[in-house]
Amino acid sequence: MEQRISPFLVSVLCIGIAILYIPILVLIGYSFNASALVSVWGGFSTSWYGELLHNDQILDAAWLSLKIGVVVSTGAVILGTLAAISLVRFKVFRGRLLLTGMVNAPLVMPEIITGITQLLLFVSMLHLMGWPHRGFTTIVIAHIAFCSAYVTVTVQSRLAGADRSLEEAAMDLGSGPVRAFLDTTLPGIAPALASSWLLSFTLSLDDLVISSFVSGPGASTLPMVIFSKVKLGVSPDINALASLMICLVGACVLLAGHLMRRAERQRLLDAQMAER
Amino acid sequence: MTAAIHDEALRAPLRLPQRRPAAEWLQRRAKWFIILPPLLFLLVFFLIPFGFALVISFADTAVRVPPFSDILSVSPDWHINLTLNLGNFKYLFSDEVYGLSYLYSLKTAFFSTVICLALGYPMAYAIARTSKSTQSILLLVIILPFWTSFLLRVYALEGIIRETGLLNTALLWLGIIHQPLQIMRTTFAVYLGIIYSYLPFMVLPLFATLEKLDHSLLEAAGDLGSPPWRAFLEVTLPLSVPGIIAGSMLVFIPAIGEFVIPTLLGGPDNLMIGRVLWDEFFGNRDWPVASAVAIAFLVLLVGPIALYQHYNSKQLEA
Repeated sequence: MEQRISPFLVSVLCIGIAILYIPILVLIGYSFNASALVSVWGGFSTSWYGELLHNDQILDAAWLSLKIGVVVSTGAVILGTLAAISLVRFKVFRGRLLLTGMVNAPLVMPEIITGITQLLLFVSMLHLMGWPHRGFTTIVIAHIAFCSAYVTVTVQSRLAGADRSLEEAAMDLGSGPVRAFLDTTLPGIAPALASSWLLSFTLSLDDLVISSFVSGPGASTLPMVIFSKVKLGVSPDINALASLMICLVGACVLLAGHLMRRAERQRLLDAQMAER
Repeated sequence: MTAAIHDEALRAPLRLPQRRPAAEWLQRRAKWFIILPPLLFLLVFFLIPFGFALVISFADTAVRVPPFSDILSVSPDWHINLTLNLGNFKYLFSDEVYGLSYLYSLKTAFFSTVICLALGYPMAYAIARTSKSTQSILLLVIILPFWTSFLLRVYALEGIIRETGLLNTALLWLGIIHQPLQIMRTTFAVYLGIIYSYLPFMVLPLFATLEKLDHSLLEAAGDLGSPPWRAFLEVTLPLSVPGIIAGSMLVFIPAIGEFVIPTLLGGPDNLMIGRVLWDEFFGNRDWPVASAVAIAFLVLLVGPIALYQHYNSKQLEA
Protein backbone atom coordinates (compact mmCIF):
# COMPACT_ATOMS: atom_id res chain seq x y z
CA MET A 1 0.00 0.00 0.00
CA GLU A 2 2.71 2.44 -0.98
CA GLN A 3 1.46 5.92 -1.68
CA ARG A 4 2.11 9.52 -0.74
CA ILE A 5 2.31 10.08 3.00
CA SER A 6 1.22 13.39 4.43
CA PRO A 7 4.00 15.62 5.85
CA PHE A 8 2.17 15.54 9.17
CA LEU A 9 2.59 11.77 9.48
CA VAL A 10 6.23 11.90 8.46
CA SER A 11 7.01 14.59 11.01
CA VAL A 12 5.27 12.72 13.85
CA LEU A 13 7.19 9.59 12.88
CA CYS A 14 10.46 11.53 12.95
CA ILE A 15 9.61 13.12 16.31
CA GLY A 16 8.75 9.71 17.77
CA ILE A 17 11.97 8.13 16.56
CA ALA A 18 13.93 11.17 17.80
CA ILE A 19 12.37 10.77 21.26
CA LEU A 20 13.43 7.13 21.26
CA TYR A 21 17.00 7.69 20.15
CA ILE A 22 18.25 11.12 21.26
CA PRO A 23 18.72 10.19 24.94
CA ILE A 24 20.73 7.10 24.01
CA LEU A 25 22.93 8.98 21.53
CA VAL A 26 23.53 11.77 24.04
CA LEU A 27 24.46 9.20 26.68
CA ILE A 28 27.00 7.61 24.35
CA GLY A 29 28.39 11.06 23.58
CA TYR A 30 28.76 11.88 27.30
CA SER A 31 30.61 8.61 27.89
CA PHE A 32 33.55 9.95 25.86
CA ASN A 33 33.64 13.21 27.82
CA ALA A 34 36.97 13.64 29.59
CA SER A 35 35.44 15.95 32.19
CA ALA A 36 33.80 14.42 35.25
CA LEU A 37 31.33 17.30 35.25
CA VAL A 38 28.57 16.19 32.97
CA SER A 39 27.65 19.68 31.77
CA VAL A 40 31.14 20.61 30.61
CA TRP A 41 32.77 19.13 27.53
CA GLY A 42 36.36 18.42 28.51
CA GLY A 43 37.55 16.83 25.30
CA PHE A 44 37.38 13.30 23.88
CA SER A 45 38.54 10.55 26.17
CA THR A 46 38.05 6.84 26.70
CA SER A 47 39.26 6.99 30.28
CA TRP A 48 35.85 6.11 31.78
CA TYR A 49 35.90 2.84 29.87
CA GLY A 50 39.37 2.09 31.26
CA GLU A 51 38.11 2.85 34.75
CA LEU A 52 35.33 0.28 34.38
CA LEU A 53 37.93 -2.47 34.10
CA HIS A 54 39.21 -1.61 37.56
CA ASN A 55 35.83 -1.29 39.24
CA ASP A 56 35.44 -4.61 41.06
CA GLN A 57 31.93 -3.87 42.25
CA ILE A 58 30.68 -3.42 38.69
CA LEU A 59 32.70 -6.33 37.30
CA ASP A 60 31.43 -8.72 39.98
CA ALA A 61 27.86 -7.60 39.43
CA ALA A 62 28.20 -7.95 35.66
CA TRP A 63 29.62 -11.47 36.03
CA LEU A 64 26.78 -12.45 38.39
CA SER A 65 24.17 -11.03 36.00
CA LEU A 66 25.66 -12.88 33.02
CA LYS A 67 25.72 -16.18 34.93
CA ILE A 68 22.12 -15.67 36.04
CA GLY A 69 21.12 -14.69 32.50
CA VAL A 70 22.54 -17.84 30.90
CA VAL A 71 21.00 -20.21 33.45
CA VAL A 72 17.65 -18.37 33.41
CA SER A 73 17.25 -18.21 29.65
CA THR A 74 18.19 -21.86 29.21
CA GLY A 75 15.80 -22.95 31.95
CA ALA A 76 13.05 -20.64 30.71
CA VAL A 77 13.34 -21.90 27.12
CA ILE A 78 13.06 -25.52 28.30
CA LEU A 79 10.11 -24.93 30.64
CA GLY A 80 8.40 -22.45 28.32
CA THR A 81 8.69 -24.78 25.32
CA LEU A 82 7.29 -27.70 27.33
CA ALA A 83 4.37 -25.47 28.35
CA ALA A 84 3.84 -24.38 24.74
CA ILE A 85 3.86 -28.01 23.52
CA SER A 86 1.38 -28.92 26.26
CA LEU A 87 -1.00 -26.12 25.30
CA VAL A 88 -0.78 -26.60 21.53
CA ARG A 89 -0.60 -30.40 21.24
CA PHE A 90 -2.66 -31.67 24.17
CA LYS A 91 -6.08 -30.14 23.75
CA VAL A 92 -7.62 -31.66 26.84
CA PHE A 93 -5.87 -32.36 30.11
CA ARG A 94 -6.51 -31.71 33.75
CA GLY A 95 -4.91 -28.41 34.70
CA ARG A 96 -4.99 -26.91 31.20
CA LEU A 97 -6.90 -23.82 32.32
CA LEU A 98 -4.53 -23.45 35.27
CA LEU A 99 -1.47 -23.66 33.01
CA THR A 100 -2.98 -21.19 30.52
CA GLY A 101 -3.62 -18.74 33.34
CA MET A 102 -0.17 -19.16 34.84
CA VAL A 103 1.70 -18.58 31.58
CA ASN A 104 -0.34 -15.47 30.78
CA ALA A 105 -0.50 -13.92 34.25
CA PRO A 106 3.19 -12.92 34.54
CA LEU A 107 2.78 -10.83 31.39
CA VAL A 108 0.17 -8.58 33.05
CA MET A 109 1.43 -8.78 36.64
CA PRO A 110 3.24 -5.70 37.91
CA GLU A 111 6.82 -6.77 38.68
CA ILE A 112 6.65 -5.31 42.14
CA ILE A 113 3.82 -7.66 43.14
CA THR A 114 5.54 -10.72 41.68
CA GLY A 115 8.70 -9.69 43.54
CA ILE A 116 7.00 -9.29 46.92
CA THR A 117 5.03 -12.53 46.71
CA GLN A 118 8.07 -14.53 45.63
CA LEU A 119 10.17 -13.06 48.41
CA LEU A 120 7.49 -14.07 50.94
CA LEU A 121 7.54 -17.61 49.52
CA PHE A 122 11.33 -17.89 49.66
CA VAL A 123 11.49 -16.52 53.19
CA SER A 124 8.80 -18.91 54.39
CA MET A 125 10.45 -21.85 52.60
CA LEU A 126 13.79 -21.04 54.19
CA HIS A 127 12.08 -20.79 57.58
CA LEU A 128 10.30 -24.14 57.17
CA MET A 129 12.80 -26.28 55.25
CA GLY A 130 16.12 -24.48 55.26
CA TRP A 131 16.18 -23.87 51.51
CA PRO A 132 16.67 -21.77 49.36
CA HIS A 133 19.08 -19.16 50.68
CA ARG A 134 18.44 -15.77 49.12
CA GLY A 135 20.90 -15.00 46.35
CA PHE A 136 21.80 -16.64 43.07
CA THR A 137 19.29 -19.51 43.42
CA THR A 138 16.29 -17.37 44.32
CA ILE A 139 17.00 -14.83 41.57
CA VAL A 140 17.30 -17.64 39.01
CA ILE A 141 14.01 -19.23 40.11
CA ALA A 142 12.15 -15.91 40.13
CA HIS A 143 13.47 -14.93 36.70
CA ILE A 144 12.66 -18.31 35.15
CA ALA A 145 9.07 -17.92 36.36
CA PHE A 146 8.44 -14.72 34.41
CA CYS A 147 10.75 -15.38 31.45
CA SER A 148 9.17 -18.76 30.70
CA ALA A 149 5.86 -16.93 30.20
CA TYR A 150 7.38 -14.88 27.37
CA VAL A 151 8.95 -18.04 25.90
CA THR A 152 5.63 -19.88 25.98
CA VAL A 153 3.78 -17.08 24.18
CA THR A 154 6.46 -16.84 21.46
CA VAL A 155 6.85 -20.58 20.90
CA GLN A 156 3.12 -21.24 21.17
CA SER A 157 2.25 -19.08 18.17
CA ARG A 158 5.05 -20.62 16.15
CA LEU A 159 4.08 -24.15 17.09
CA ALA A 160 0.41 -23.56 16.33
CA GLY A 161 1.35 -22.43 12.82
CA ALA A 162 3.77 -25.31 12.22
CA ASP A 163 2.87 -27.87 9.57
CA ARG A 164 2.39 -31.29 11.17
CA SER A 165 2.47 -33.36 7.98
CA LEU A 166 6.24 -33.94 8.13
CA GLU A 167 5.96 -35.13 11.72
CA GLU A 168 3.12 -37.49 10.79
CA ALA A 169 5.14 -38.78 7.85
CA ALA A 170 8.09 -39.49 10.17
CA MET A 171 5.77 -41.39 12.52
CA ASP A 172 4.31 -43.40 9.64
CA LEU A 173 7.88 -44.31 8.72
CA GLY A 174 8.35 -45.75 12.18
CA SER A 175 9.73 -42.94 14.32
CA GLY A 176 8.42 -42.65 17.83
CA PRO A 177 6.46 -39.47 18.59
CA VAL A 178 9.32 -37.85 20.50
CA ARG A 179 11.85 -38.71 17.81
CA ALA A 180 9.52 -37.50 15.07
CA PHE A 181 9.01 -34.20 16.91
CA LEU A 182 12.73 -33.69 17.45
CA ASP A 183 13.59 -34.51 13.84
CA THR A 184 10.90 -32.53 12.03
CA THR A 185 9.06 -29.91 14.09
CA LEU A 186 11.91 -28.81 16.34
CA PRO A 187 14.12 -27.47 13.50
CA GLY A 188 11.07 -25.57 12.27
CA ILE A 189 10.52 -23.80 15.60
CA ALA A 190 14.26 -23.33 16.23
CA PRO A 191 14.24 -19.62 15.27
CA ALA A 192 11.46 -19.02 17.81
CA LEU A 193 13.49 -20.87 20.46
CA ALA A 194 16.59 -18.81 19.65
CA SER A 195 14.76 -15.50 19.77
CA SER A 196 12.99 -16.40 23.00
CA TRP A 197 16.33 -17.40 24.55
CA LEU A 198 17.68 -14.00 23.59
CA LEU A 199 14.56 -12.27 24.91
CA SER A 200 14.79 -14.13 28.24
CA PHE A 201 18.46 -13.25 28.49
CA THR A 202 17.85 -9.52 28.02
CA LEU A 203 14.81 -9.55 30.35
CA SER A 204 16.87 -11.27 33.05
CA LEU A 205 19.87 -9.02 32.51
CA ASP A 206 17.64 -5.94 32.78
CA ASP A 207 15.47 -6.88 35.74
CA LEU A 208 15.79 -4.63 38.75
CA VAL A 209 12.57 -4.89 40.75
CA ILE A 210 12.18 -8.66 41.13
CA SER A 211 15.92 -9.17 41.71
CA SER A 212 15.97 -6.51 44.43
CA PHE A 213 13.21 -8.31 46.33
CA VAL A 214 14.39 -11.89 46.08
CA SER A 215 18.14 -11.26 46.31
CA GLY A 216 20.04 -11.62 49.54
CA PRO A 217 23.10 -9.97 51.03
CA GLY A 218 26.17 -10.17 48.82
CA ALA A 219 24.27 -10.96 45.63
CA SER A 220 23.92 -7.68 43.75
CA THR A 221 23.09 -7.94 40.07
CA LEU A 222 24.24 -5.31 37.59
CA PRO A 223 20.92 -3.40 37.49
CA MET A 224 20.92 -3.28 41.31
CA VAL A 225 24.40 -1.74 41.36
CA ILE A 226 23.53 0.68 38.56
CA PHE A 227 20.30 1.70 40.29
CA SER A 228 21.99 2.42 43.60
CA LYS A 229 24.62 4.53 41.83
CA VAL A 230 22.14 6.35 39.60
CA LYS A 231 19.89 7.26 42.53
CA LEU A 232 22.74 9.36 43.87
CA GLY A 233 23.08 11.23 40.58
CA VAL A 234 24.83 10.92 37.27
CA SER A 235 28.22 9.23 37.29
CA PRO A 236 30.57 9.15 34.29
CA ASP A 237 31.57 5.50 34.63
CA ILE A 238 27.91 4.48 34.47
CA ASN A 239 27.71 6.44 31.20
CA ALA A 240 30.51 4.28 29.81
CA LEU A 241 28.95 1.07 31.14
CA ALA A 242 25.53 1.99 29.76
CA SER A 243 26.94 2.82 26.31
CA LEU A 244 28.82 -0.45 26.28
CA MET A 245 25.74 -2.48 27.22
CA ILE A 246 23.43 -0.70 24.81
CA CYS A 247 25.84 -1.12 21.89
CA LEU A 248 26.50 -4.76 22.77
CA VAL A 249 22.82 -5.66 23.02
CA GLY A 250 22.02 -3.67 19.87
CA ALA A 251 24.74 -5.47 17.91
CA CYS A 252 23.59 -8.88 19.21
CA VAL A 253 19.97 -8.20 18.27
CA LEU A 254 20.89 -6.98 14.78
CA LEU A 255 23.19 -9.96 14.22
CA ALA A 256 20.66 -12.47 15.56
CA GLY A 257 17.94 -10.92 13.40
CA HIS A 258 20.16 -11.14 10.35
CA LEU A 259 21.13 -14.77 11.00
CA MET A 260 17.53 -15.77 11.66
CA ARG A 261 16.29 -14.14 8.48
CA ARG A 262 18.99 -15.94 6.53
CA ALA A 263 18.17 -19.30 8.14
CA GLU A 264 14.48 -18.71 7.41
CA ARG A 265 15.19 -17.89 3.76
CA GLN A 266 17.34 -21.01 3.48
CA ARG A 267 14.54 -23.10 4.95
CA LEU A 268 11.99 -21.70 2.51
CA LEU A 269 14.42 -22.33 -0.33
CA ASP A 270 14.92 -25.93 0.81
CA ALA A 271 11.17 -26.40 1.04
CA GLN A 272 10.74 -25.09 -2.51
CA MET A 273 13.48 -27.39 -3.78
CA ALA A 274 11.86 -30.34 -2.04
CA GLU A 275 8.53 -29.63 -3.69
CA ARG A 276 10.02 -29.81 -7.17
CA MET B 1 -16.46 -56.29 -6.60
CA THR B 2 -13.32 -54.60 -7.84
CA ALA B 3 -14.58 -51.42 -6.31
CA ALA B 4 -14.91 -53.10 -2.94
CA ILE B 5 -11.35 -54.45 -3.05
CA HIS B 6 -10.11 -51.07 -4.09
CA ASP B 7 -11.94 -49.51 -1.20
CA GLU B 8 -10.44 -52.03 1.19
CA ALA B 9 -6.93 -51.32 -0.08
CA LEU B 10 -7.46 -47.61 0.40
CA ARG B 11 -8.68 -48.02 3.91
CA ALA B 12 -5.89 -50.33 5.05
CA PRO B 13 -3.19 -47.72 5.86
CA LEU B 14 -5.61 -45.87 8.08
CA ARG B 15 -5.67 -48.82 10.47
CA LEU B 16 -1.93 -48.66 11.00
CA PRO B 17 -1.92 -46.62 14.23
CA GLN B 18 -4.09 -49.22 15.93
CA ARG B 19 -1.36 -51.83 15.82
CA ARG B 20 0.55 -50.27 18.70
CA PRO B 21 -1.79 -50.05 21.69
CA ALA B 22 1.14 -50.24 24.13
CA ALA B 23 2.83 -47.29 22.48
CA GLU B 24 -0.42 -45.34 22.62
CA TRP B 25 -0.84 -46.09 26.30
CA LEU B 26 2.71 -44.89 26.90
CA GLN B 27 2.05 -41.81 24.86
CA ARG B 28 -1.02 -41.00 26.92
CA ARG B 29 0.98 -41.27 30.13
CA ALA B 30 4.08 -39.71 28.61
CA LYS B 31 2.38 -36.42 27.95
CA TRP B 32 2.51 -35.75 31.68
CA PHE B 33 6.31 -35.68 31.45
CA ILE B 34 5.84 -32.67 29.20
CA ILE B 35 2.97 -30.99 31.06
CA LEU B 36 4.07 -31.45 34.66
CA PRO B 37 7.46 -29.65 34.77
CA PRO B 38 6.14 -26.22 33.71
CA LEU B 39 2.84 -26.73 35.55
CA LEU B 40 4.50 -27.61 38.86
CA PHE B 41 7.22 -24.99 38.54
CA LEU B 42 4.77 -22.15 37.91
CA LEU B 43 2.39 -23.48 40.55
CA VAL B 44 5.06 -23.50 43.26
CA PHE B 45 7.02 -20.41 42.28
CA PHE B 46 4.34 -18.17 40.79
CA LEU B 47 0.85 -19.02 42.02
CA ILE B 48 1.45 -20.32 45.55
CA PRO B 49 3.44 -17.17 46.49
CA PHE B 50 0.17 -15.23 46.20
CA GLY B 51 -1.26 -17.54 48.82
CA PHE B 52 1.66 -16.71 51.10
CA ALA B 53 1.13 -12.99 50.50
CA LEU B 54 -2.56 -13.37 51.34
CA VAL B 55 -1.78 -15.23 54.56
CA ILE B 56 0.92 -12.80 55.64
CA SER B 57 -1.34 -9.81 54.97
CA PHE B 58 -3.38 -11.07 57.94
CA ALA B 59 -0.33 -11.34 60.21
CA ASP B 60 1.17 -8.88 62.67
CA THR B 61 4.58 -7.33 62.39
CA ALA B 62 7.06 -8.94 64.73
CA VAL B 63 10.63 -8.21 65.61
CA ARG B 64 12.22 -11.39 64.35
CA VAL B 65 13.20 -13.19 61.16
CA PRO B 66 10.98 -13.32 59.10
CA PRO B 67 9.41 -10.09 60.43
CA PHE B 68 5.81 -11.21 60.89
CA SER B 69 3.88 -13.28 63.38
CA ASP B 70 2.49 -16.75 62.79
CA ILE B 71 -1.14 -16.97 61.89
CA LEU B 72 -1.47 -20.60 62.77
CA SER B 73 -0.08 -21.63 66.11
CA VAL B 74 -0.34 -24.87 67.97
CA SER B 75 -0.68 -24.57 71.72
CA PRO B 76 0.92 -27.23 74.02
CA ASP B 77 -2.40 -29.06 74.41
CA TRP B 78 -2.73 -29.39 70.61
CA HIS B 79 -5.29 -26.64 70.12
CA ILE B 80 -4.73 -25.00 66.77
CA ASN B 81 -5.16 -21.26 66.97
CA LEU B 82 -5.92 -19.18 63.93
CA THR B 83 -5.20 -15.51 64.46
CA LEU B 84 -6.44 -13.29 61.69
CA ASN B 85 -5.42 -9.69 61.97
CA LEU B 86 -7.64 -7.46 59.87
CA GLY B 87 -5.77 -4.40 61.08
CA ASN B 88 -3.55 -4.20 58.01
CA PHE B 89 -6.50 -3.81 55.67
CA LYS B 90 -8.22 -1.35 58.02
CA TYR B 91 -4.97 0.59 58.05
CA LEU B 92 -5.02 0.80 54.25
CA PHE B 93 -8.35 2.59 54.41
CA SER B 94 -7.53 4.81 57.35
CA ASP B 95 -4.20 6.11 56.04
CA GLU B 96 -5.07 8.06 52.94
CA VAL B 97 -1.63 7.74 51.36
CA TYR B 98 -2.59 4.32 49.96
CA GLY B 99 -5.85 5.40 48.37
CA LEU B 100 -4.25 8.56 47.00
CA SER B 101 -1.28 6.73 45.53
CA TYR B 102 -3.59 4.17 43.93
CA LEU B 103 -5.67 6.93 42.32
CA TYR B 104 -2.53 8.81 41.35
CA SER B 105 -1.11 5.69 39.66
CA LEU B 106 -4.38 5.19 37.77
CA LYS B 107 -4.35 8.80 36.63
CA THR B 108 -0.69 8.77 35.57
CA ALA B 109 -1.02 5.48 33.71
CA PHE B 110 -4.21 6.67 32.00
CA PHE B 111 -2.82 9.97 30.73
CA SER B 112 0.50 8.43 29.66
CA THR B 113 -1.45 5.83 27.69
CA VAL B 114 -3.52 8.54 25.99
CA ILE B 115 -0.40 10.54 25.06
CA CYS B 116 1.36 7.39 23.83
CA LEU B 117 -1.67 6.64 21.69
CA ALA B 118 -1.76 10.17 20.27
CA LEU B 119 1.91 9.93 19.35
CA GLY B 120 2.03 6.23 18.46
CA TYR B 121 -1.03 6.13 16.17
CA PRO B 122 0.33 8.52 13.51
CA MET B 123 3.69 6.76 13.75
CA ALA B 124 2.18 3.33 13.17
CA TYR B 125 -0.02 4.76 10.41
CA ALA B 126 2.97 6.31 8.65
CA ILE B 127 4.99 3.07 8.90
CA ALA B 128 2.07 1.05 7.54
CA ARG B 129 1.94 3.31 4.49
CA THR B 130 5.58 2.90 3.46
CA SER B 131 6.91 0.19 1.17
CA LYS B 132 7.62 -3.29 2.54
CA SER B 133 11.41 -2.81 2.65
CA THR B 134 11.16 0.57 4.42
CA GLN B 135 8.66 -1.01 6.81
CA SER B 136 11.09 -3.66 7.99
CA ILE B 137 13.80 -1.07 8.62
CA LEU B 138 11.43 1.27 10.51
CA LEU B 139 10.09 -1.62 12.59
CA LEU B 140 13.63 -2.57 13.57
CA VAL B 141 14.24 1.06 14.56
CA ILE B 142 11.15 0.95 16.80
CA ILE B 143 11.91 -2.47 18.29
CA LEU B 144 15.61 -1.91 19.01
CA PRO B 145 15.11 0.35 22.07
CA PHE B 146 12.78 -2.29 23.52
CA TRP B 147 15.69 -4.74 23.64
CA THR B 148 18.08 -2.33 25.32
CA SER B 149 18.00 -1.97 29.07
CA PHE B 150 14.96 -0.17 30.44
CA LEU B 151 16.85 1.11 33.49
CA LEU B 152 19.65 2.50 31.33
CA ARG B 153 17.21 4.24 29.02
CA VAL B 154 15.53 5.98 31.95
CA TYR B 155 18.99 6.99 33.11
CA ALA B 156 19.80 8.26 29.61
CA LEU B 157 16.70 10.45 29.70
CA GLU B 158 17.93 11.96 32.94
CA GLY B 159 21.07 13.11 31.08
CA ILE B 160 18.87 15.29 28.87
CA ILE B 161 16.41 16.82 31.30
CA ARG B 162 18.69 17.41 34.28
CA GLU B 163 19.29 20.97 35.42
CA THR B 164 22.72 20.80 33.79
CA GLY B 165 21.54 18.43 31.07
CA LEU B 166 21.64 18.84 27.33
CA LEU B 167 18.23 20.51 26.99
CA ASN B 168 18.89 23.23 29.54
CA THR B 169 22.42 23.82 28.30
CA ALA B 170 21.18 24.20 24.74
CA LEU B 171 18.28 26.48 25.65
CA LEU B 172 20.50 28.66 27.84
CA TRP B 173 23.12 28.88 25.10
CA LEU B 174 20.48 29.86 22.55
CA GLY B 175 19.26 32.52 24.95
CA ILE B 176 15.69 31.19 24.96
CA ILE B 177 15.72 30.85 28.72
CA HIS B 178 17.85 32.56 31.34
CA GLN B 179 17.23 30.16 34.20
CA PRO B 180 17.59 26.39 33.86
CA LEU B 181 14.18 24.73 33.65
CA GLN B 182 13.29 22.44 36.51
CA ILE B 183 12.14 19.30 34.70
CA MET B 184 13.65 16.58 36.88
CA ARG B 185 11.62 15.65 39.96
CA THR B 186 8.38 16.88 38.39
CA THR B 187 5.23 15.17 37.19
CA PHE B 188 6.18 16.15 33.66
CA ALA B 189 9.40 14.14 33.94
CA VAL B 190 7.42 11.07 35.05
CA TYR B 191 5.11 11.35 32.03
CA LEU B 192 8.06 11.88 29.74
CA GLY B 193 9.79 8.81 31.19
CA ILE B 194 6.76 6.57 30.78
CA ILE B 195 6.09 7.73 27.22
CA TYR B 196 9.74 7.37 26.28
CA SER B 197 9.94 3.87 27.76
CA TYR B 198 6.68 2.42 26.51
CA LEU B 199 6.13 4.09 23.12
CA PRO B 200 7.34 0.98 21.18
CA PHE B 201 4.69 -1.12 22.96
CA MET B 202 2.02 1.17 21.55
CA VAL B 203 3.38 1.41 18.00
CA LEU B 204 3.92 -2.30 17.32
CA PRO B 205 0.36 -3.64 17.87
CA LEU B 206 -1.10 -0.57 16.12
CA PHE B 207 1.11 -1.22 13.13
CA ALA B 208 0.09 -4.89 13.09
CA THR B 209 -3.62 -3.93 12.76
CA LEU B 210 -3.13 -1.00 10.40
CA GLU B 211 -0.95 -3.05 8.07
CA LYS B 212 -3.67 -5.65 7.60
CA LEU B 213 -6.28 -3.00 6.82
CA ASP B 214 -8.07 -3.62 3.55
CA HIS B 215 -7.25 -0.57 1.49
CA SER B 216 -10.08 -1.02 -0.98
CA LEU B 217 -12.51 0.02 1.78
CA LEU B 218 -10.86 3.44 1.93
CA GLU B 219 -10.92 3.73 -1.84
CA ALA B 220 -14.60 2.83 -1.83
CA ALA B 221 -15.26 5.53 0.75
CA GLY B 222 -13.33 7.99 -1.42
CA ASP B 223 -15.23 6.94 -4.55
CA LEU B 224 -18.49 7.51 -2.73
CA GLY B 225 -17.44 11.10 -2.09
CA SER B 226 -16.14 10.85 1.45
CA PRO B 227 -13.30 13.28 2.22
CA PRO B 228 -10.11 11.60 3.52
CA TRP B 229 -10.63 12.72 7.15
CA ARG B 230 -14.13 11.27 7.13
CA ALA B 231 -12.97 8.03 5.58
CA PHE B 232 -10.34 7.85 8.31
CA LEU B 233 -12.86 8.45 11.10
CA GLU B 234 -15.49 6.10 9.74
CA VAL B 235 -13.37 3.30 8.23
CA THR B 236 -9.77 3.23 9.46
CA LEU B 237 -10.33 4.19 13.08
CA PRO B 238 -13.10 1.67 13.87
CA LEU B 239 -11.15 -1.11 12.13
CA SER B 240 -8.02 -0.39 14.16
CA VAL B 241 -9.76 -0.66 17.54
CA PRO B 242 -8.18 -4.07 18.36
CA GLY B 243 -4.73 -2.54 17.89
CA ILE B 244 -5.66 0.47 20.00
CA ILE B 245 -6.84 -1.79 22.81
CA ALA B 246 -3.80 -4.07 22.63
CA GLY B 247 -1.34 -1.18 22.55
CA SER B 248 -3.11 0.66 25.37
CA MET B 249 -3.05 -2.42 27.59
CA LEU B 250 0.67 -2.92 26.91
CA VAL B 251 1.36 0.65 28.03
CA PHE B 252 -1.19 0.98 30.83
CA ILE B 253 -0.36 -2.24 32.69
CA PRO B 254 3.38 -1.73 33.21
CA ALA B 255 2.88 2.02 33.72
CA ILE B 256 0.52 1.63 36.68
CA GLY B 257 2.91 -0.54 38.67
CA GLU B 258 5.93 1.51 37.63
CA PHE B 259 8.63 1.91 40.25
CA VAL B 260 11.85 2.93 38.49
CA ILE B 261 10.52 5.98 36.63
CA PRO B 262 8.82 7.80 39.53
CA THR B 263 11.80 7.02 41.77
CA LEU B 264 14.51 8.23 39.40
CA LEU B 265 12.71 11.04 37.56
CA GLY B 266 9.83 12.01 39.86
CA GLY B 267 9.75 14.18 42.92
CA PRO B 268 8.30 13.51 46.37
CA ASP B 269 4.77 14.24 45.06
CA ASN B 270 4.88 11.48 42.47
CA LEU B 271 3.84 8.77 44.88
CA MET B 272 2.88 5.90 42.63
CA ILE B 273 1.74 2.68 44.23
CA GLY B 274 4.89 0.81 43.18
CA ARG B 275 7.00 3.31 45.09
CA VAL B 276 4.76 3.14 48.17
CA LEU B 277 5.05 -0.65 48.16
CA TRP B 278 8.83 -0.50 47.83
CA ASP B 279 9.15 1.99 50.71
CA GLU B 280 6.80 -0.02 52.91
CA PHE B 281 8.92 -3.08 52.32
CA PHE B 282 12.48 -1.81 52.38
CA GLY B 283 12.03 1.43 54.33
CA ASN B 284 9.54 0.55 57.04
CA ARG B 285 10.13 -3.20 56.84
CA ASP B 286 6.43 -3.65 57.46
CA TRP B 287 5.89 -6.85 55.51
CA PRO B 288 2.28 -7.53 56.56
CA VAL B 289 1.12 -4.05 55.48
CA ALA B 290 3.10 -4.34 52.24
CA SER B 291 1.43 -7.70 51.59
CA ALA B 292 -1.96 -6.15 52.26
CA VAL B 293 -1.18 -3.32 49.80
CA ALA B 294 -0.08 -5.87 47.21
CA ILE B 295 -3.22 -7.97 47.65
CA ALA B 296 -5.48 -4.90 47.47
CA PHE B 297 -3.64 -3.65 44.38
CA LEU B 298 -4.00 -7.07 42.82
CA VAL B 299 -7.74 -7.24 43.47
CA LEU B 300 -8.41 -3.64 42.38
CA LEU B 301 -6.24 -3.62 39.28
CA VAL B 302 -5.08 -6.95 37.94
CA GLY B 303 -8.43 -8.60 38.67
CA PRO B 304 -10.46 -6.30 36.38
CA ILE B 305 -7.84 -6.52 33.62
CA ALA B 306 -7.75 -10.31 33.75
CA LEU B 307 -11.55 -10.46 33.66
CA TYR B 308 -11.64 -8.04 30.76
CA GLN B 309 -9.13 -10.09 28.78
CA HIS B 310 -10.98 -13.28 29.58
CA TYR B 311 -14.27 -11.90 28.23
CA ASN B 312 -12.52 -10.26 25.30
CA SER B 313 -10.96 -13.55 24.19
CA LYS B 314 -14.32 -15.30 24.66
CA GLN B 315 -15.93 -12.71 22.42
CA LEU B 316 -13.25 -13.14 19.79
CA GLU B 317 -13.81 -16.88 19.79
CA ALA B 318 -17.56 -16.47 19.41
